[in-house]
Parts: sequence; structure tokens; C-alpha cells
Amino acid sequence: MSDASTATATTATSEPARALAAVPRAGWHVATVAATRRETANAARLELEVDGWPGNAAGQHLDLRLTAPDGYTATRSYSIASSGSGTRVVLAVDRLPDGEVSPFLVNEVRVGDRLEVHGPLGAFFVWRPVDHGALRSAGDGAGGAASALRARPVQLIAGGSGIVPLFAMATAHAEARDLTPFRMLYSVRTPDDLFFAEELMALAATSDDFRLDLVYTRRTPDGWPNPAGRVTREALEGAVLPATERPIVYVCGSTGFVERVASWLIELGHDARDIRTERFGGI
Amino acid sequence: MSFITRGFSGRSHERDERLPPGQTLVHDFPVLSAGPTPEIDTAEWEFSITTETGGVHSWNWQQFMALPIDEVDTDIHCVTHWSKLGTSWRGISLDTLFENVETQYDYVMAHSYGGYTTNLALDDLLDGKAWIAFEFDGEPLDPEHGGPARLLVPHLYFWKSAKWVRGLVMMGEDEPGFWEQNGYHLHGDPWKEERYW
Repeated sequence: MSDASTATATTATSEPARALAAVPRAGWHVATVAATRRETANAARLELEVDGWPGNAAGQHLDLRLTAPDGYTATRSYSIASSGSGTRVVLAVDRLPDGEVSPFLVNEVRVGDRLEVHGPLGAFFVWRPVDHGALRSAGDGAGGAASALRARPVQLIAGGSGIVPLFAMATAHAEARDLTPFRMLYSVRTPDDLFFAEELMALAATSDDFRLDLVYTRRTPDGWPNPAGRVTREALEGAVLPATERPIVYVCGSTGFVERVASWLIELGHDARDIRTERFGGI
Repeated sequence: MSFITRGFSGRSHERDERLPPGQTLVHDFPVLSAGPTPEIDTAEWEFSITTETGGVHSWNWQQFMALPIDEVDTDIHCVTHWSKLGTSWRGISLDTLFENVETQYDYVMAHSYGGYTTNLALDDLLDGKAWIAFEFDGEPLDPEHGGPARLLVPHLYFWKSAKWVRGLVMMGEDEPGFWEQNGYHLHGDPWKEERYW
């Protein structure tokens, strides 16, 4: 197969100059598996030490390439569960029933294995902490500038493994001690299918600016106030920041989930330009 | 720098020659969209081509459907590593739409309902290479896939086939559109893996 790193290098001269100034340049890197753990019965968390990784913003993704002994390759895109300037990159991979790459990543990969990754990728489905220093100094001088800079509240809506990039955003928000109101709605099949369960509960328990709402579609924990079932328009309305607060809404999940949720958000008065989506799977 | 991944054998090593490098064959139809799917009524739909003189050529749905229709059988390739082979479409050739358009400019910005844009070279749109498609697999094109009408430029990665297209604006210089400003390649040839820049 052609070497994409060569393609990237030779086209560097035609890069759009005004775009992406703040985003690290993507490239191919060797990732060494530093830790693995079971995330759910069906998913694994992989911690990668990526040589030369330039850091990534919360919400970005990478391409991961596997090569068989006969040269056959398989490449897939995965959202990144971590963010920041370091070279540690965390993935959480759900095993797809007929998958070729995900069962390998969930069942086969061991600490010390080397994988090829290309990234960081994507500059739209990202969230960055607000620079409150700049906000405050702007506020000292001119009220207009302060209100222009005021951070928009953030609503995160995840279906299943769509939690991964949104978990990166929630973690980045907490680590930066960012004061932007964050609210997350996370729909999963059962309590056993929660990704990042401990971390999310800890975030919800310790941060005044982060609120977590869970929806169980197949089975709830004992004593759960609501019956198991898909997110409905009413449930969505009750669990997301209202349109009047002008939140930026990030939605990630299967195509069907995202289509449903995004169309309800429009009906509930959210501006289409405030809704950012990432979908996986076909229809 | 490619190296063998320990323990990986892969599923099928019979590589279909119609698949560009780094692509995997799928049988469903995944969706790549940055935001909600817009709802566009064909009664209000309009498509236009705008040139450097400010000249505007435009068609409403009825006028558009009266143009000669092409049947297009083609493979499509998404930057997110999936390809579909042998898809069938119906649409209007860009050659037909550009028939009476006079322009000296070599580049085009495609604009979509919902505000998204993507840039293309005029050379990539003419000579039987591109269509405005309104039917997929014998059915009206679903809104999730760009209906009522999308650009179809199958020799480039599929983000260039702008969904919900409403117009083309001629440009003197190549400028990045929405997807290109967010990391995707200015040109997007799948056989050269022009995915990102």
C-alpha cells in the first residue's frame, strides 16, 4: 500500500494557511501499548505511549493501522479518550460482532505490542478549556469584550461507545478547573456497559460544574427511578441544557441515535449550528 | 515505516483491486456529517452556479428534473476508511449544468443547505466525472445521505460529494472549504490517500 506519511509530507506546501493554527500536525507514529484493561464485558481500554505524539485536543481521533505478516493492512478510526500535551493516548474500543480490527484490539493486544497510529485528526468535534485569565482581564476593561468571550455552556450526549470523545471533553474540563457549566447525558444498554464508570461517577460527585444523567435502554440498576428504554424526546428535554442557555451540544453515537437526538434538539429550539455530531455505523 | 503487528492476521487477504489503499469494504451506508441533518423541501429547493461576473444560473426542482438524467454506477470511498462498490445513482451531469456557464476560473466552492462548504477544481467536475444526484439504489436520496440532492464526485473521497448541495461558486484560487479547514485534504484522491494535510 502507498505510504500515507509520504503523501502528507509532499502535500504540505498546499496546506490551507489560515486553518488549524492551534491544532498539532497529524503524522504517523509508533505507539507502544503501555497498559490494557477490560472496560466492559465487550470493550477494552488501551493506554498507548506514542513516540513523537504532539498532544491532542479533547474530541480528536486517530487512525490505527494493523499489518499482517503478508503485508495485508487494516485501518480504522478511533476517538481518543484523553487529551493534553503528553505522549500518553488512551483509547476505549468496543468489540464489534463482525469486526476485524476491534476484536483484535479487545482480545489480542498485550502490553509491549507496537501499533501504528496517525493523528491527531479532526478540528471540529473538539472542545478546549476556556482561558479564564483572558476572560477576567477582558472583564476588567470592557464589558462587551467580556461577554463576547464568555464561555458557552456545554451539553454532551453519548450513545454507547460514543462516550469516548465526550469523556475526553469532560476530563479536560475537570482538569483545567474550567468553570463552564457541563452536562452529560449518557445512554447505555445496561449498568455493565458503562465506559469510564468510576471516572464519570467521581467527576459527577466532585465537580459542581459537571452534571451526569444516565439512561439505561435494556436493564437498569436496582432501584433506578426510570424504567429501561431508549432516550425519548421528553427525556431529552428534561436532561439537556435548554436552548435558551445557548449551549454548544456535542452528540456522538450510532447513526440512528445521533439522527434521532439531533432532530429532537432542533425541535426543542437549538440552533443547528450549535450542534456538533459524530456518527458511527451505517443505515 | 510499516511493520508487522504481532498476532494480527486479518480476515480476508484477497484484496479487491477496486479498493483504494487503507479502505475496507462495507455493505451498509455509514454517515459522516458534522451536524444535524437539514430538512429540505423540494418545493423550496434551488440549485445555482455563480460566476466571477456575478452571473447566476439557477434551477428549481422542476426545472432541474427536466434536464437529461444520467444513470451512474460507481464505487464510493469515504475518508473514514470505508468503501462501497457498485453503487447506483441517478443525477444530472455537471457537464449539462455548466453548458451555458462562462467562466475563466478554475476552482469551485460547493455550498450546502446547513452552511457547509467544500472546495473542488473545475477539472474534477467536468468531462463525465461529477453529478448532482437525487436517487440512490432506485429510491429518492435519504436526507441523512444528502437528499434531496447531493454532489456526486466519486473519484474523490466522499466528503467532496457535498450533501444537501445548493450551489457552486466559481473561485480564482483554490480555497479550503469547511471540511478542509478542519483537517481534510484540499484535493482528496483516494488512490493517493489524500486524506489529511
